[in-house]
Amino acid sequence: MTETSLLVGPFNRVEGDLEIRLDVTDGKVSAAYTNSPLFRGFERILLGKPPTEALTITPRICGICSISQSAAAARALADAAGATPAPEGEKTAALLHAVENLADHVTHFNMFFMPDFARPDYAGKPWHDRAVDRFTAAQGSALRVAMDARARLLHIVGLLGGKWPHTLAIQPGGVTRAPTMRDKVRISADLTAFRRYLEQQLFGGSVEEFEALTTVDALSDWGRGDVALFMEIAHDLDLAHSGQGAGRYLSFGAYPLPNGPIWQAGTWTNGIEGPLDTSGIAEDISHAWMLGDAAHPSQGMTVPDVDMSADAYSWCKAPRLNGLGYETGALARQVVDGHPLARDLAKQGGVLGRVGGRLLEIARTQIAMESILADIDPKAPFMDRAKLPANGEGMGLVEAARGSLGHWIRIEDGAIASYQIIAPTTWNFSPRDAGGTPGPVEAALVGAPVREGEETPLSVQHIVRSFDPCMVCTVH
Amino acid sequence: MNILWLQSAGCGGCTMSLLCAENPNVIELLEGAGLSFLWHPSLSIESGAQVRKILNDVESGEQPLDILCIEGSIVRGPNGTGKYHVLAGTGRSMLDWVQSLSKKARHVVAVGTCATYGGVTSAGENPSDAVGVQYEGAHRGGALPADFTSASGLPVINVAGCPTHPDWVTETLLLLAEDALGEDQLDGYGRPKFYADNLVHHACPKNEFYEYKASATKLSEIGCMMEHLGCVGTQAVGDCNIRGWNGEGSCTRAGYPCINCTAPEFEEPGHAFTETPKFAGIPVGLPSDMPKAWFMALASLSKAATPRRIEVNATSDRITVPPSLKAPKS
Repeated sequence: MTETSLLVGPFNRVEGDLEIRLDVTDGKVSAAYTNSPLFRGFERILLGKPPTEALTITPRICGICSISQSAAAARALADAAGATPAPEGEKTAALLHAVENLADHVTHFNMFFMPDFARPDYAGKPWHDRAVDRFTAAQGSALRVAMDARARLLHIVGLLGGKWPHTLAIQPGGVTRAPTMRDKVRISADLTAFRRYLEQQLFGGSVEEFEALTTVDALSDWGRGDVALFMEIAHDLDLAHSGQGAGRYLSFGAYPLPNGPIWQAGTWTNGIEGPLDTSGIAEDISHAWMLGDAAHPSQGMTVPDVDMSADAYSWCKAPRLNGLGYETGALARQVVDGHPLARDLAKQGGVLGRVGGRLLEIARTQIAMESILADIDPKAPFMDRAKLPANGEGMGLVEAARGSLGHWIRIEDGAIASYQIIAPTTWNFSPRDAGGTPGPVEAALVGAPVREGEETPLSVQHIVRSFDPCMVCTVH
Repeated sequence: MNILWLQSAGCGGCTMSLLCAENPNVIELLEGAGLSFLWHPSLSIESGAQVRKILNDVESGEQPLDILCIEGSIVRGPNGTGKYHVLAGTGRSMLDWVQSLSKKARHVVAVGTCATYGGVTSAGENPSDAVGVQYEGAHRGGALPADFTSASGLPVINVAGCPTHPDWVTETLLLLAEDALGEDQLDGYGRPKFYADNLVHHACPKNEFYEYKASATKLSEIGCMMEHLGCVGTQAVGDCNIRGWNGEGSCTRAGYPCINCTAPEFEEPGHAFTETPKFAGIPVGLPSDMPKAWFMALASLSKAATPRRIEVNATSDRITVPPSLKAPKS
C-alpha cells in the first residue's frame, strides 16, 4: 500500500480561491479536505447598519451570483416587512435573476469546465482535436462565441438593472425601473439572439427538443452541438461514475412568481421526495475556524477564530439539514422539480449528472425566460412600498446558479442585529461536521484516480469543477 | 506584454464585468494589442502546481512580468498576519505575495475599488482588516507603501469602480501596451483620467429633472435622485452615463442612485445609500465645483420655475406627461 498527501491549489476556473488536501492511497483519493481560504466577514460588516444597506452590500459578496444575493436580501427584507412585491416587479426580478443564472451556466460550461479536456494530457483521444479547437482555455472557438452571446444576454440586465454585476434594481417591493413596451421588444430580441446561440452552438437543436429528453440514453443519443462532444468525452472517461454524490438533493425553489415558483422547492433523498423544512437547518462549525456552537441561521453567529485552531481547516461552516449534508445546484433543482432526465441523471449523480443537469437547466431557463417576459404587463406598477419594522426577522430563500442561497436577518431598533447567509457552495464545499462526516464534495472525491506523478489530479479537477463552486460566496 | 492577474479579497465581479467587454470581446481585444495572460484565475488552463510554478518563476525573476493586475482588497488580519487569505496551495498570505510580486512587475494595476482603496471588504468594522494595494481608504499607503513605484516608475494605477466597467480595465491595459499612460494621466487618487475626469452626472437621463430639482421621492419614480434618494452622480467620477453599461445601462438609468463606487471610502457614506442626508431640510453635499450660495439660489429659482410636465413626471414611474408639440406653422 502506498500513501501520499497532496495539497491542491490555487484551484482556478472556479470562482474565488480554493485549496484541497488529498490523502492518496494506492492511486486513489482516500480522503479529501476542502479549505475555503478567504475570510472577509460580510455578516459582521452588516451589523448595526440600516436593514436596507443589505441591498447594496450583499450583492458585493459575489461578482458571479450578485443578483442572487440581491434577490435573497430583497426577499429577506420583504419577509421582515410582511410585504409581497408588486406582481410585475416580482416577474421582472425573476427575469433579471434568470439572466444571471443562465449566463453563469454558459460561462461555467465553456470557460470553466470544458477547457480541461483540451489539455495535452488527453492528446491521442479520438475527441481531443475537437476539444482543442472548441475549448482551449481563453482561445477556443466555442469560448469566443459563448463570450459574445453571454455579453449580449447581459444587455437585459443593463436595460432593466443598469449594470451587471451589482445592481440595486431589485427591492423588497419590486424593481426600480418600470420597463416599457419598447423595452419588452428589445429584451425579446436579446432573448431570441441567445436562443439562436444555444440552438446553433451548444445544443445544435431546439431547446424544446432538448428539454423533452427524459433519459440519460436519449441524452447520449442527442448527437449534436457541443453537447455531443461533451457526451462523447463523458462516455470515454466514464464521467457518469466519477465523483458520485450521496444522492441527497436540496432546492429552495426557483423564480417565485405571483402564482408560485417556476421550479418547486423541496428535497430528494435517495429517491424519496420531501418538503422543504428550513427549521431543520443548522450550521456546524466544528471544523471551521469559527467560535461558538452549531446553530440555525436565525440564531447563528460569525466569530472568527483568530488562532486558527488545529481541529479546523476551513473558514467555511458546515450546513446540515436534519443532520445531513445536501448537494445543491442545477441538477438538484431539476431533480427536486421532478424533471425525468434529471431524475435519471441523479441515479448516477456524478460529473456527467451535474453537467448534464446544468445543460438541461440551460434549455429550461431559456424557455422560462421567454414565458416570464411575455407575461409582464408594462402598464402595471412595478413597485409596492414595503415598510420595514423597527424590530423583526426575515428569511430570504432563492436559487442561485450554484444552488440554494438563504439570507436570515434580525432587525432590532431599526438596525441589523444579525445577518446570516448560507450560500450554495457552503453546502457543497462544507468541511466535516462534528460527527466527522465529510461535506458533499469531500465525499464525492473519494475514489478519484490519481495517476503516477500527478500533483493536481485531473480527475479531481473534473469532479470539483462539476460542482461549479463559488468560493467567494462560500465564506462571504 | 504579459499580464499576471491575482484575485485577492474581493468578489471576483471585476473579472465577471471584464468578460462583458464587447466589440470585440476581451480575448480578441487583448490579442489585438499584443497582450496575453501569463495567468488569469478565471481564464487560464493552469491549476495547482502549474500556477505555483508560474508564481515562483516571476518571484525569482526567471519569468519577466509586464503587468500585475490585482483584483480585490488585501486583507491584513488577523493581527497583521494576512492569514484571513492564504493563497491556496502556497501557505503564504496574499498580502505577502502582493508585496513580493509587485517588486517584479513593470506596472501594477489595482482593479476595482476593493483593490484600489479597500472597498466594500473594508466596510463596517472591517473584520478582515482589508486595505487597498496602495491606499487605505483615501489615504496613501496600503499593502504597499505610500511611496511605492513599480519598475516603470508609476505608482499603482487605480482602476476604481464597484465593479469596474470592462472598458476602463481594457483601455488602461491598451494604453499601457502603447506606453501612453503617464503619471500625468492619473488623477489625485491614481485613477486613469480618461474616465475619471468625467462625472456620472454627465449624460445622465435625469438631467432635465436635475435642472429644476424635480425630485423622485421614492425609488421607481423617474425624477432626479439627488435631493431625496442619495444620488451623488454630480460628485462621483466616471463616464458611466456616457459610455453605458451592458449595452445601454447605468445605475441612474435603471432608477437607483449613483453611490460613488469609484471613490475611496464609498462603502461608508455615513448615511443610508438610498437616502440623502439633509441639514435643515437642505441636502448635504453639493455638486462638484459648485459654490453653495449659487447652488441654493439656482435651486430655489429653478424649483419655482418647474414646468408641470417635469413636476408630474418626477414622481411618476414612467413618462405620464409628454413634451408639448409645436403647432404647425400654418
